[in-house]
Amino acid sequence: MRADRPRSRHEWLDAAAGPVVRPYTLTGGRVRPSGRGLGLMALVRAEPGADPAAHPRLQPEHRRLVELTRRPAPVAELAAQLDVAVGVVRVLLGDLLTRGLVTAHEPASVPGRFDDDILKAVVSGLRAL
Amino acid sequence: MDSVRFDREGPVDRIPMALKILVAGGFGAGKTTLVSALSEVRPLQTEEILTDAGSDTDDISGVEGKTTTTVAMDFGRITINDDLQVYLFGTPGQDRFWFLWDELAFGALGAVVLADTRRLADCFPSIDYFEQRGIPFVVGVNCFEGARRFGLEAVRRAIDLDPDVPLLLCDARERQSAKLLLISLVEHVARQRGEPVPVG
Repeated sequence: MRADRPRSRHEWLDAAAGPVVRPYTLTGGRVRPSGRGLGLMALVRAEPGADPAAHPRLQPEHRRLVELTRRPAPVAELAAQLDVAVGVVRVLLGDLLTRGLVTAHEPASVPGRFDDDILKAVVSGLRAL
Repeated sequence: MDSVRFDREGPVDRIPMALKILVAGGFGAGKTTLVSALSEVRPLQTEEILTDAGSDTDDISGVEGKTTTTVAMDFGRITINDDLQVYLFGTPGQDRFWFLWDELAFGALGAVVLADTRRLADCFPSIDYFEQRGIPFVVGVNCFEGARRFGLEAVRRAIDLDPDVPLLLCDARERQSAKLLLISLVEHVARQRGEPVPVG
């Protein structure tokens, strides 16, 4: 489903909208990641021994992402941890992927792949919470 | 995702499988509260950027100079075991952000729709969305303090809910109550496949 194209540029901006921002300042104005964008649940992991300091053009946010992904973390969580929008974190992660500092793994999340054993594991895992 | 390096086998340790469950419902129905009650990470809000270019175009060059706004989505994580994680995504509450739902809904196991009896109609769009796409869902009637208590059957009639769709009373602030909603959803998904999940 697509939203209708906004009729005016102010249509998004009512009281319920978030603050008006220039979120892509961090990416130097780049709005698209190199390569195709990662899914919200793609797990990102720093390569062992990844050293962002060896890449002087990277920003502090890039370095922080490398640190955050020493343990695999999904894109949505990284955006939240870094307190930037998903679109921005995708661009930053694209930079890291290009430089081989991180790898990304799309989760096996196609509905057909949820077999009965997985559903049972989820139910018993939830009961144990 | 063609250009993303896929590595399902994992060179060193395996990448856990991730299940996605959506938490939907009207504005103020308790989505954030529910995700917070369940998530093992501190409540996180992740943001998507909206631009006045609309969502149906790839041409967003120059967007950095245009007006943009952000919309918040709740995010939570539950680790089931080393190989399996559940991610919770609270959907944006406002109708005009429907297009964001499509990415959220893609590949989702199912959804929990929260209903507030004080504003029951607010959950209709969520229910319509999941019904139309064949995404399994359960409905949790969030029992706010001071809210009128309705019988579940009265609520089911009022929202014209299919008899097969589980409908539960819940308290989104309580982890045990929130947990039961998720369990109900997973069991519902299993039943729809004709393979009941044994209790226990």
